[in-house]
Amino acid sequence: MTEIKKTFAVKGMHCASCVRVLERALQKIEGVSEANVNLATEKATVIYDSTKVTNKHLASAVAQVGYQAVVDDEMQHKDLEKKEKQKELQVLKKKVAISLFLGALILWGSFPGIMNTAPDLLKNFLVQLLLASVVQFWPGLDFYKATIPALKHRTANMDTLVAIGTTVAYGYSAFITIFPKIPQAIGVDSSPYFDVATIIIGLILLGRYFEAKAKAGTSEAIKKLLGLQAKTARVIRKGKEIDIPLAEVLVGDMIRVRPGEKIPVDGIIEEGNSSIDESMVTGESIPVDKTKGDYVIGATINKTGTFIYQAQKVGNETMLAQIIRLVEEAQGSKAPIQRLADLVSSYFVPVVIMLAFFTFAIWYIFGGESAFLFALLNTVAVLIIACPCAMGLATPTAIMVGTGKGAEQGILIRDAQSLEIAHKINAIIFDKTGTLTKGRPEITEIIPFIPGRKDAQNPQPIFNLSQKGLLQIAASIEKGSEHSLADAIVKKAEEQQLTLNKVENFKAITGFGVSGTIDEEEVLLGNRKLMQRENILIADHLKEIENLEDDGKTVMLLAVEKRLVGLIAVADLLKETAKETVKTLQKKGIETLMITGDNPRTANAIAAKVGIRRVLAEVLPDQKEAEVRKIQSEGKKVAMVGDGINDAPALAAADIGIAMGTGTDVAIEAADITLINKDLQTVVSAIELSKKTMRIIKLNLFWAFAYNIILIPVAMGILYPFFHLLLNPIFASLAMATSSISVVTNSLLLKRYKI
Amino acid sequence: MTLDKIIVSLFSLAGIIFTYWFFLGKKEEKVREVKKSSVDIVVEGGYSPNIVSLPLGKTTVINFLRKDSNSCLEEVLLSDFHVRKYLPLNQKVAISIMPQKKGEFVYSCGMNMFHGKIVVK
Repeated sequence: MTEIKKTFAVKGMHCASCVRVLERALQKIEGVSEANVNLATEKATVIYDSTKVTNKHLASAVAQVGYQAVVDDEMQHKDLEKKEKQKELQVLKKKVAISLFLGALILWGSFPGIMNTAPDLLKNFLVQLLLASVVQFWPGLDFYKATIPALKHRTANMDTLVAIGTTVAYGYSAFITIFPKIPQAIGVDSSPYFDVATIIIGLILLGRYFEAKAKAGTSEAIKKLLGLQAKTARVIRKGKEIDIPLAEVLVGDMIRVRPGEKIPVDGIIEEGNSSIDESMVTGESIPVDKTKGDYVIGATINKTGTFIYQAQKVGNETMLAQIIRLVEEAQGSKAPIQRLADLVSSYFVPVVIMLAFFTFAIWYIFGGESAFLFALLNTVAVLIIACPCAMGLATPTAIMVGTGKGAEQGILIRDAQSLEIAHKINAIIFDKTGTLTKGRPEITEIIPFIPGRKDAQNPQPIFNLSQKGLLQIAASIEKGSEHSLADAIVKKAEEQQLTLNKVENFKAITGFGVSGTIDEEEVLLGNRKLMQRENILIADHLKEIENLEDDGKTVMLLAVEKRLVGLIAVADLLKETAKETVKTLQKKGIETLMITGDNPRTANAIAAKVGIRRVLAEVLPDQKEAEVRKIQSEGKKVAMVGDGINDAPALAAADIGIAMGTGTDVAIEAADITLINKDLQTVVSAIELSKKTMRIIKLNLFWAFAYNIILIPVAMGILYPFFHLLLNPIFASLAMATSSISVVTNSLLLKRYKI
Repeated sequence: MTLDKIIVSLFSLAGIIFTYWFFLGKKEEKVREVKKSSVDIVVEGGYSPNIVSLPLGKTTVINFLRKDSNSCLEEVLLSDFHVRKYLPLNQKVAISIMPQKKGEFVYSCGMNMFHGKIVVK
């Protein structure tokens, strides 16, 4: 029984009877020995048997009586893990020191060449037996403890090999020490090999110590992310500001954040403004200015101003919690490349044991004068050198470091499979709006057709509009429209503080534009198709219109009383890094494509600006998925980059769907890779990360397989007929200890890569 | 060939056959059908019960209790359900899963040495 004490917050208590109800509910759980609830602090303290009770039991008991337990599961689990591992490492360190120290003493007293300098006591076989027994049954006990239960399940692992190998060396040595006459009578070597058994145990435990230390580094990302959380929040309740633990913040709470403080949860600014460093969550290094109405992300840092915001997402709903969940899930998945290692691992240990029997027989039959000695030592060497761990660690350690490294840069990878496929991508389709462009159309030109300009329909223009006049009419009529281009026009008019006219008979004509009446005059604003439909001549201004379209702008024509009076050009500006990103991808041999609903002229113009040669224009949102499949049918591995909400089917259809600039549930669900920031260069980073991770995995697997394929035959003595070379079991244990460490260390190198 | 060599050869051959039979031979696999919403799995030299049968589309809590100090077993990896969890010694760790499709899903320790199976019907 392992009793532990846990204190956690309980939400929803309001009177003394709540205390009694909760205490009773908690005490009813089998395994709980004591439960105390404090109304003032709104906390419960429970003492329970951790082998019987989990956090889920506690939370469910509290929920059943109508309250909510805030059991900080993940953080406590990680803390517990850290503490336990530290404790294990301390014990392991002690065992390594004892084994190597005693092993060195035995070696001094038994190794030819140096044993002459050793005191007689150490040369005594019984003393060596005593020292070796300490190592075999204290530090070495771990191998037996792992082997015996495994044998009950008819399975074996690396511990089984070490246990058998060291038992053979120790057992034989102990036997000839206790019964020295028997080996002499049957004519076999009578020297004990206690040094082999003890030093093997010492070196393998030493390897395990370094491996455990290195492995801790592979899962650091989650700990780092958890560490980003604020501990408390300053909430305003009943007009008072109070500091409360993060777990107790509720949706709707008003929270004050002062300069230099961490933002506790996700929400919307209600008052004040500030510059916020979001780099730890989005990977974007430049602080973002935020003001009333803007969304702030929990765990980011408020730089300069003070503001009050309303909590929108708390607990497991925050963006940080989602990121942690996603990284954890990715680290819990398996890459397809691991399949071969999995298959080999499942047969590995039994095959090595069979090879050990074979080695013993071959050496005993053909070993000449020292046949028994050769057979014994080579069998031990075969058992010790085999290293299934390196194969088991090769892929998952790299995946853990890779996904963690990605999360630090705002690249969230759904699973190991996505990380693996991403390195094979050879075509990337970018959605235009919001991906290549900023997604905020802006007015670039307002051109009134000035008086005196020749107009075929009416040589004497009746209108004499200034730029302001033209914008005023356009904004007035667009006020009632919901189109994103209308927003740009109305916003511009507001910036110029123009007074808008009253519009009557407003009508939105889908795919064409809008119409209405201002001061009893008919006004039309829309594309060329609208003008054609209303028989308004535009021929005289066609060149001007085409020039603007060739420049990637969307042209909106304004007609009053069936006469063209001017145009407004709107452009969605390209992201600063768009061109550079496309260039980098092309340099890497990846074809870049753009998909958009725009007409081919505008689409081609925008594509040309960023350097994209292949354009999929006039594609309606529901046709994007089919376009992705068409590109795939050309034999390409396709990545689709979009916003993750409108493009969800296309993202799902692509080999790799990359959702950009968002951390919403919809986006994460649809995408294989979610990029939290809006910088297009992150697409390149994600592909680079995949390539580097895969390179590390392949190197690890090559090393793990090559190590075993080459060294097991060497340990069997394959080199002996040619070079008279045999592998000492002590060197075998050294090689084995370093092989897993090298795999883990190689994976950790990913952390150093700049992506 | 001398008698001792013949004995050693036979002994080794028997060892090889026994190893193959013991570790790789077909084992009788008992499936524990989970009818409640949770199941306890003891982690000690493997997973007991080794095979659990879970219902499709329902959330089942698997409580892993590690009693084995072997570091190989300190993590459990249910890769089909995207779960990798540290198992502290002698403490239950609850993992909730909701199988979405039928089939057999193998889970393992962090180093892929020990295996258990979830059967979804």
